[in-house]
Amino acid sequence: MQHYDYIEIKIPAKAQYVGVARLMISGIASRLGFTYDDIEDLKIASSEAITNAVQHAYSEEEDGEVVVGCALYEERLEIMIADHGTSFDFEETKKHIGPYSDTSDARFLREGGLGLYLMETLMDEVKFHHEEGVTVFMTKYLGRERGEEDVKRTANS
Amino acid sequence: MNLQVELLEQNSVQYFKVVGEIDAFTAPVLRERLAAVEDVQGLKAELDLSEVDYMDSTGLGVFVGFYKAVSANGGHVKITGLNKRLNRLFEITGLNDIIDIEQKESEDNNATL
Repeated sequence: MQHYDYIEIKIPAKAQYVGVARLMISGIASRLGFTYDDIEDLKIASSEAITNAVQHAYSEEEDGEVVVGCALYEERLEIMIADHGTSFDFEETKKHIGPYSDTSDARFLREGGLGLYLMETLMDEVKFHHEEGVTVFMTKYLGRERGEEDVKRTANS
Repeated sequence: MNLQVELLEQNSVQYFKVVGEIDAFTAPVLRERLAAVEDVQGLKAELDLSEVDYMDSTGLGVFVGFYKAVSANGGHVKITGLNKRLNRLFEITGLNDIIDIEQKESEDNNATL
């Protein structure tokens, strides 16, 4: 098996700690040598996943936790974000992801659903696992350019 | 991890200067500040994001909501001072075709952040 270093943080499922986990991701990405733009992509994608977990996994009264684990490989960073609460309806949410189109009437603009789209656009791979909560696995490779073509392909798929 | 929202009125334009990070924690603050003016008929609003150093979909959601409310009341929203990163977010989400946005002048060639 390929060697990797592993770093994990467990945060209370509260919005004020999303930024704390984001700082950790930023530090790790910087240590691995990602470019400035890639680090920003990683910060946004992981914040989207953590925000989903914080906002949807637990009810108001529950004191839940979100685990963010990072596997540092030589040529890639794998991030796992897991909650153990009731999962949000991923399939339903997935139907609504995608970019806005300029033909959309202002009245029908969605205010949510962009988070998943951004995760899939900004990372090289995103996978979801559903079992006692939701786990998101995201991968970004070092030195891989994601040009306009990639963005378009993701948008149309 | 903080957000400040300043409101100035200039020649009947409601000018908001947003400073800091917009995420799940701070977005409600921004939403509340904007909601206070969004029902004004024919509102002209400018949101200056030149000092926003982080934003994700929670921020985009707030701007979409504000844009919808202001448009419904016959007003106009302009978002200004976007750095390359923020501009890219508006581009990949297609919001740049819907909302009136303007890039930071110094961002034409190189990222200053």
